[in-house]
Amino acid sequence: MTREMTGAEMVIQALKDQGVETIFGYPGGAVLPIYDEIIQQEGLEHILVRHEQGAGHAAEGYARATGKPGVVLVTSGPGATNMVTALTDALLDSIPLVCITGQVPTHLIGSDAFQECDTVGITRPCTKHNWLVRDVDDLPRILHEAFYVATSGRPGPVVVDIPKDVQFAKGTYQGPTSNPSVSHKSYRPQLKGDAQAIRIAAELMAKAKKPILYTGGGVINSGPQASQLLRELVSLTNFPITSTLMGLGAYPASGANWLGMLGMHGTYEANMAMHDCDVMVCVGARFDDRITGRIDAFAPNATKIHIDIDPSSINKNVKVDLPIIGDVGHVLEDLVRIWRTSSLKADATAMKAWWEQINAWRARNCLAYAPNADIIMPQYALQRLYEKTKDRKTYISTEVGQHQMWAAQFYGFEEPNRWLTSGGLGTMGYGLPAIIGAQVAHRDALCIDIAGDASILMNIQEMSTAVQFGLPVKVFILNNQYMGMVRQWQQLLHGNRLSHSYTESLPDFVKLAEAYGGVGFRVDKPQDLDGAIDEMIAIDRPVIFDCRVANLANCFPMIPSGKAHNEMLLPDEANDEAVANAIGAAGKALV
Amino acid sequence: MNAQNNTSALSAYFLAEVSDKTETHTLSVLVDNEPGVLARVIGLFSGRGYNIDSLTVSETEHEKHLSRITIVTTGTPMVIEQIRHQLDRLVPVHKVTDLTVESQRNNQDKPLERELALVKVVGSGDKRLEALRLSDAFRATVIDATTEHFVFEITGRSSKIEQFISIMKPLGLVEVSRTGVAAVQRGPEGL
Repeated sequence: MTREMTGAEMVIQALKDQGVETIFGYPGGAVLPIYDEIIQQEGLEHILVRHEQGAGHAAEGYARATGKPGVVLVTSGPGATNMVTALTDALLDSIPLVCITGQVPTHLIGSDAFQECDTVGITRPCTKHNWLVRDVDDLPRILHEAFYVATSGRPGPVVVDIPKDVQFAKGTYQGPTSNPSVSHKSYRPQLKGDAQAIRIAAELMAKAKKPILYTGGGVINSGPQASQLLRELVSLTNFPITSTLMGLGAYPASGANWLGMLGMHGTYEANMAMHDCDVMVCVGARFDDRITGRIDAFAPNATKIHIDIDPSSINKNVKVDLPIIGDVGHVLEDLVRIWRTSSLKADATAMKAWWEQINAWRARNCLAYAPNADIIMPQYALQRLYEKTKDRKTYISTEVGQHQMWAAQFYGFEEPNRWLTSGGLGTMGYGLPAIIGAQVAHRDALCIDIAGDASILMNIQEMSTAVQFGLPVKVFILNNQYMGMVRQWQQLLHGNRLSHSYTESLPDFVKLAEAYGGVGFRVDKPQDLDGAIDEMIAIDRPVIFDCRVANLANCFPMIPSGKAHNEMLLPDEANDEAVANAIGAAGKALV
Repeated sequence: MNAQNNTSALSAYFLAEVSDKTETHTLSVLVDNEPGVLARVIGLFSGRGYNIDSLTVSETEHEKHLSRITIVTTGTPMVIEQIRHQLDRLVPVHKVTDLTVESQRNNQDKPLERELALVKVVGSGDKRLEALRLSDAFRATVIDATTEHFVFEITGRSSKIEQFISIMKPLGLVEVSRTGVAAVQRGPEGL
């Protein structure tokens, strides 16, 4: 359809034509024309946040929980700069985000006008692509292109910066093209994997004696179908499977072949199997430094197969033997078909021995912790939260730190898109807005932000958003009064000098919840935990649950910086001396 | 600019191949000539710690608004492969070609690479005569002169220009402006 309208009207029309139902935003001078259109229409819901960063993370949570792009609308200057953290977060975790920013009128650009900043300059390195729209006639094309770029290939955030005069100007609106992948002049992500490479991969897998599947967020991003195909591949091959933080839920945690998460705080069995494997199939993961540990000791005897949609992920950190560039869903479909229709079979004798070895590692029971009758252990709190919520439609987000790693270790995810966490950027303050985004998309679901006492304060203002829009999110704080992960590193690396990692004057979280119009809980006895969790679930309002946990608990297992997968520090070995000596001089310089 | 070389022992991101010898490659990048495209390319290099030895850019196909960026860069083979893929995933980039790799594939030493320099030399007497004589030997042309100075225009491979400049130094060199390298593949094939 084509018709005359203003730039501001075009924004609303384009969002609707792209199937957008909800946007997250905050008004300001340079976006007032668009806000004037929002209030005069129906069908597009606007969630007013309390800080633009919150809008960004809420849109990320919405995107992660639905598989659809998250949409944000913010003003120029500080509105745009407050978005930078969320954009960077979405870039590192490959979350599709379309951010529309207002800009000062074109004739004022470059004059240091009020609330002017170089938005496209500032966001260039933290977006997949961005546009400054100088002519209203370019606006519809750019808006549709923005959705295409954000959601196709390796997904990511994009910014469309629209000067205020362009929002007022009249032009001709055009709807989306039917096939953007053909009409785009330069951007063409490769979806189908090379058939011959996939065949070789299948043959390598059939010959493997000690294979492992190492999967990541790419499986989730490829859509629910990719997770189904992955499950099918596991059941066809009987291969053990581990996943990165971002990939949890693609394969069910209750599945027989599940080894748990791998990496710095991964399980003993996952990391040992990664170290000893002879064929590694990396599916939609990127050999991040949290995963690999010491690069030159990473899976030294493995033939590495890497399936990824982004060619620049291949051979970036780890040299692989067989790259397959393509969408995980497409490649898995081909791989499963080959495995089904050919005579290829996994080596049963070798697999039996491999599983015996893996079960011996499992018996090490690496997540064990000393139970305590008087104090709530953080691990115990998460085990109870999991038991009480696992049979519901539950979405879990986290902030960043010890609580995040414990959540990844102790909360079992059965489905994709149920787990929202900031993996690549590690953004404290992500969890509360992200779970608000998930709750907006799934009003009937139980949405819980597993938080730490320090992280939650970084975007606590979004409690006000949850209350305003009747979003009954639950904030479950593992409160140890420390920035636990910072303290853990200070204990490991800096002679137990706990510099500024103790929060001396935390707010009263119960009163804080009430001040926002929510409900507060405080629990500090293990025996009170179950009842309080039941009560929290039953309340149809936003809740802050202040769970007082053992202050000095640390997160293990851990691969100390600069060490290999088979040099993990296990909880029962982590006495003071082992902790103090865990990291050598070279490792101390690592992040 | 040498982040890849210095941090090998300390960084979690070090590459197993970091001890590989560094190589110099010439890349041709075909991009949409739109605002900010050069900033995207340069920002990629600075943000990821890659080297730029030389960079030239100009619109080469006016009707399609396509510009060609020629970049000379140094790095290990793994880093250079990364640079190529990182450039390729920028949205306005149409095509990235590693001309050095292409030449090697065709059993050639190097792609055709030329640079232009304007060289200002001030002097009198014997030095002035010597400068003029040498410029002739290098096939440089005089494009401006007074009784005190010459401006020479010289074209050729970077090494030739380096040599000419170093010879002119003792003869009164005061100023040099260079274009950076332009490059194409040998043979009948286009990019």
